[in-house]
Amino acid sequence: MIKAENLVKKFGSSTAVNDISFEVKEGENLILLGTSGCGKTTTLRMINRLIEPDEGTVYINGTDIRKNEPEILRRGIGYVLQNHGLFPHYTVAENIAIVPKLLKWKKEDIRKRADELFSKLNLDPALAEKFPEALSGGQQQRVGLVRSLMVNPPLLLMDEPFGALDNVTRTAIRKEFRQLDELVKKTIIMVTHDVQEAFELGDRICLMDKGKIKQMGTPAELLFNPANEFVTKFFEEQRLQLELKSVFMEDLFPGFPKGKTVTVWDQMNNLLHREGHSIEQGPTVNYAEDLKTLMTAFAAYKKI
Amino acid sequence: MDQTQSFWQFVEQQSGKLWSQTWAHIGLTMISLIIAILVAVPIGILIARRKKLAGVVLGFAGVLQTIPSIALLGVLIPFLGIGPKPAILALFLYALLPVIRNTYTGITEVNPGVIDAARGMGMDSWQILTKVELPLAFPVLMAGIRTATVINVGVATLAAYIAAGGLGEFIFGGIALNNSNMILAGAIPAALLAIVLDFLLSLVQKINLKSIRLTYVVLPFIFISLSSFYLLPTQIGGRLLGGFTPEFMGREDGYLGLKRVYKLGIETVVISDAVMYKAAFEHELDVISGYSTDGRLKAYDLVTLKDDQHIFPPYYAAPVIRQDILIKHPELEGILNQLSGFINDSTMTALNYKVDQLKESPEKVAMDFMVAHHLYKPVRKATSGTVRIGSKIFGEQYVLAQMYKILIRGNSNLDVETKTGLGGTKICFDALTNNQIDFYPEYTGTAFLVLLKPDKKTIGTLSADKNGVYDYVSKEFNTQFKLKWLKPIGFNNAYALMMRREQAQSLHIETITDLTKHLNQN
Repeated sequence: MIKAENLVKKFGSSTAVNDISFEVKEGENLILLGTSGCGKTTTLRMINRLIEPDEGTVYINGTDIRKNEPEILRRGIGYVLQNHGLFPHYTVAENIAIVPKLLKWKKEDIRKRADELFSKLNLDPALAEKFPEALSGGQQQRVGLVRSLMVNPPLLLMDEPFGALDNVTRTAIRKEFRQLDELVKKTIIMVTHDVQEAFELGDRICLMDKGKIKQMGTPAELLFNPANEFVTKFFEEQRLQLELKSVFMEDLFPGFPKGKTVTVWDQMNNLLHREGHSIEQGPTVNYAEDLKTLMTAFAAYKKI
Repeated sequence: MDQTQSFWQFVEQQSGKLWSQTWAHIGLTMISLIIAILVAVPIGILIARRKKLAGVVLGFAGVLQTIPSIALLGVLIPFLGIGPKPAILALFLYALLPVIRNTYTGITEVNPGVIDAARGMGMDSWQILTKVELPLAFPVLMAGIRTATVINVGVATLAAYIAAGGLGEFIFGGIALNNSNMILAGAIPAALLAIVLDFLLSLVQKINLKSIRLTYVVLPFIFISLSSFYLLPTQIGGRLLGGFTPEFMGREDGYLGLKRVYKLGIETVVISDAVMYKAAFEHELDVISGYSTDGRLKAYDLVTLKDDQHIFPPYYAAPVIRQDILIKHPELEGILNQLSGFINDSTMTALNYKVDQLKESPEKVAMDFMVAHHLYKPVRKATSGTVRIGSKIFGEQYVLAQMYKILIRGNSNLDVETKTGLGGTKICFDALTNNQIDFYPEYTGTAFLVLLKPDKKTIGTLSADKNGVYDYVSKEFNTQFKLKWLKPIGFNNAYALMMRREQAQSLHIETITDLTKHLNQN
């Protein structure tokens, strides 16, 4: 769906993005991961033309994004920022109506869509008339997400969307995020420096450093087949947890129900918290009835 | 003269004038402010976009702000004449800085994350400006407008100096006439005006811009702009125009006397003496109230009209000295009287011309004169004490003080300390009676009318009498203040009406009576 070709962006004498190419398939979550200054945000912003590349081209569905006015392009792409970027002088309802109004939606349609998203994101409808400053950090970020989803854009760009939240809120909102049906079918490109977040949310991860891509692939590929020293080192500290999060139950037990969505990490959590009870999977409990079996299977998988 | 009159009586008596001055004041303030907003807000937006320009633009507006208001008004007269136009331009220039700076600050302080979100959602730059930046910058912008308003209400009082009207007419007239009621009648409404306008704008500041349709903002704005023009004093056209100082307008031996005795029916504007002569020269005014020995008479080729019915009392200059210093140094009287008889009206005009127009220093002018008239003697050793000479704050007095200094240093063993620039009459006189200075040159008419304030009957009988006034003030100063009037120097720096020489000649006007007749014919 998205194809970036040989993107280069220089700021003065420093090169922020140095000849980057990648593709994102429809419905895929691509995470741009790296430390500050690696060029991940610049790359993201070149996709909705908040930054124009010095060289290279971005295609969406085969069309050069420079073909239309940048404003027209941006109205069709959801955009979520780290500090939510809500207008402080607009109420929540007005904030989320911005893009629909730019696209000349009817008032009634805006209200319907807002109600729908509010209930999906567990937001109290009473918040609609409040100003952003009256909301908690988690609520603000949810409203930011609602705003980007209002016109149901097929593509969503997210720049450290959970970066400003505390750990507890971040974990909770990430969980909701993964389960939100609105997001499942969307193509998402998300920037983060948080490795856990990248592994939890990304179908594929694009690890960047100094304006270049170090490796791009599924979380498991990055962990188990690192392309170079940098990639190995980058994940070293949290390796075990990441491995647990990047291996799916299906990989250990082919035929495991919902196996493509449940990771070993999830399964461990389930087992620990539902000690002595049969787990959701019912008759298939024998696939991983206790932690011991699970760990043995995991160790065996790693040795492959 | 009428010091017992209460403030409220004054206000009641002058209410017509007070209202018209207040409306003119509001008109000047609002028009200049509105033009400033229309110009400064776009400039502020522009420099917020191109930050490299910001330093230059803000620096330039800052420099404008530091130009003294009266100097700025003076500079504008050759281009715009006198009246509301230069006043509005000057006020406009003063209002620029606060509005530009606050627009710039307001916009640059908008959270960049919000602007980024706005762009990211697909708002174009006009939408970002009108829906995001301006509404968020609005409170800061309004604070700038409020600052500019308060500044303008204050500076607009100076409009009275260039015939643009406003509450300054009362304020400066009151200062010149030492009339506190008149000062307050101008100052209190001006202060109230500043407070009320500031309060009204503080209400506007609270308006949430996005919840209001543009027309609700624009329509009142246009309404106020148009109605402000209506408040301005109407331009006077046609016949001769008189420009008088605020002081002259309020004096019995000034405009009031002209109306009463000569029945002079000339259209008048109020103007400062700093720009009056020049305005007459530039054909902005036809008749002005000046001083008969002013150097600018010569510089601008003006002639004085003969006061054939003697309403202007004589203003002969003479040193007024403390009696105790005369007892201590009796030789001083003879020394100071040496100057008597050397300077007549035209000599004094020429000396003033050198100081005011040729910009020679009073010291040099005095020295040249003393040498030329063989009054100069080499400085002697100062062994027997110090004499303190005072002077008011204008050229003629500086020159006289320097002349006396030369005389004393050359003819006695006394040292001299000059305290020049003691403001107006009241300050000089208080310095003398409080033993801060020993003598200063005073004018008989000033002492008579301003310091002694005799009753109307005495004024009536003595006004036209040169010796009568001198004798009267000598006697009264002696008994009331223990001060002695020495011999008059010789020139008479009286009030006089003046016109351009060629105009006076072509209209055959030589006396004030001629002027009245001419005005009545047309």
